[in-house]
Amino acid sequence: MKVSEIMKVLDAELVYGEEFLDREVQSACGSDMMSDVLAYVKEQAVLLTGLVNPQVVRTAEMMDMKCIVFVRGKSPDLGMIELAEENGIPLLKTKREMFTSCGILYENGLRGGAHRPE
Amino acid sequence: MSDTIKLHYDVDGRDFTRAGEASGKIKKTLKDIGFPPEVIRNTAIAVYEAEINLVIHAGGGEIDVEIAPDYVEVILTDHGPGIENVELAMQEGYSTAPDQVRALGFGAGMGLPNIKKYTDEMKIDTVLGEGTVMTLKIYVK
Repeated sequence: MKVSEIMKVLDAELVYGEEFLDREVQSACGSDMMSDVLAYVKEQAVLLTGLVNPQVVRTAEMMDMKCIVFVRGKSPDLGMIELAEENGIPLLKTKREMFTSCGILYENGLRGGAHRPE
Repeated sequence: MSDTIKLHYDVDGRDFTRAGEASGKIKKTLKDIGFPPEVIRNTAIAVYEAEINLVIHAGGGEIDVEIAPDYVEVILTDHGPGIENVELAMQEGYSTAPDQVRALGFGAGMGLPNIKKYTDEMKIDTVLGEGTVMTLKIYVK
């Protein structure tokens, strides 16, 4: 699924990263707890979160995530956008809630796809 | 050995928004060297969790990195309160972090277990009231 398709099905707005709209995303993770996000490695994942602070972008950076979607109408601040630019991570925001957003992406074929190194 | 790279970072314990800066720099250095993506990611995640710990539990600290062709070693030193029960702290879900840390997305009790998962070696030397030294090693296979 492309970032542009995620944008379309979630009725999301692009906050940053027009040049990454064609980027392919293969799995998804929805959480407001960054420690839980860090516990499971996913390939080419999109992160859905209602948490707004720079550590969201940092977490995505460390995990090599491909895109971040802010749910429940949350907006990242300027510092977060700058950090996303530095690391080439597109940012989307949607008014939809976490459960609904995850459900829509699941319905459109995205899966969790998580594994932990043993 | 002449082909090791040494890096040093001071981590400011007062600014949560800047936590992870050192980890980001370390990750970029490993990328520039051209290590396998899995080694880079595992190192980055482990160091990031540890750096967050320095900020939320220890009031900051220092990170020393040694990069060799076949391993990455990271030593995190702090002068915080020390870890009272390391065995307990290693359990998933056990956390002593205050509620305001949880509101920031951390303190789920996954930090130390995550660090162990993503590294090949993990050693914790801690003295109550004096501080903690954590040594992490990731091998390039």
